[in-house]
Amino acid sequence: MEMTGTTEAGLIARILAGEKELFHELIRPYERMVYVTLFSIVRNETEAEDGAQEAIISAYRHLASFRGDAKFSTWLTTIAINEGRKRLRRTKGAVEDSIEEKEESHEGDYTPAPLTDWREIPLEALERKELREALRVAVTELPGIYRQVFTLRDLEELNIDETAQALGITTGAVKVRLHRARIMLQKRLVPYLKTTAPARRRFFGRAL
Amino acid sequence: MKLECKHVWEHISEYIDGGVDAKLREDIERHLEHCEICSAILDSTRNILILTADNRTFELPVGYSERLHKRLAKELESSEKDSKKD
Repeated sequence: MEMTGTTEAGLIARILAGEKELFHELIRPYERMVYVTLFSIVRNETEAEDGAQEAIISAYRHLASFRGDAKFSTWLTTIAINEGRKRLRRTKGAVEDSIEEKEESHEGDYTPAPLTDWREIPLEALERKELREALRVAVTELPGIYRQVFTLRDLEELNIDETAQALGITTGAVKVRLHRARIMLQKRLVPYLKTTAPARRRFFGRAL
Repeated sequence: MKLECKHVWEHISEYIDGGVDAKLREDIERHLEHCEICSAILDSTRNILILTADNRTFELPVGYSERLHKRLAKELESSEKDSKKD
């Protein structure tokens, strides 16, 4: 998905020099990321789409202020986060959880759910629509501070440093929130996984 | 050192991200070899992450990209006019 630094930097330079049309090309690999970031904050499809458009237009207007000391993707994510937060304040006032709950508390039980009668998820189970739907709902219902870290890190696959930078929090906070988010999701999804047939093979699809 | 399950759970997220040091990694892996409960928890968590990164799980609204580029084209056009005025 990612373009090489030189290609991207080259594109940006050409856009700034007047080849404006190239902005379509620059933004294409990140369209999804911007939408998903917005959705993780506003949790409404229409708002997320409007916000994504606004964020991308804002990125175009402010492209000259992109210095290249951060990655373009991180810079763009920061714009998307700001747009999302602005919309949230406008639509919901101060009651939304991601505004209210600014930090992770030191309480709460973040232990995963054991699966004693089950070892691995069969590949077929991962293909099931209900599981995807359950995951979507579970992520959407995570408390804001956990949902945003999880979205940037595990959906958009930003690294820990980039996630911290985009959200303006420490890498330590990213790790704690990410851990809790993953455990909360594991717990919630276990019921969907338990009913599956015994595993025949393991599924490693992700480079770790 | 022999690890307890609870200790493995505390580090499960960092372990998945490759963020634990070599010694702890080794201890966790030794534990996983004989602990089915922890192996199942690790596998299920990992698979949730695989599913999360799969583009089919979080889909974009139909027509999102077309609408975006249409709006963008308008913006580019109007900024073109502005710069010509200058």
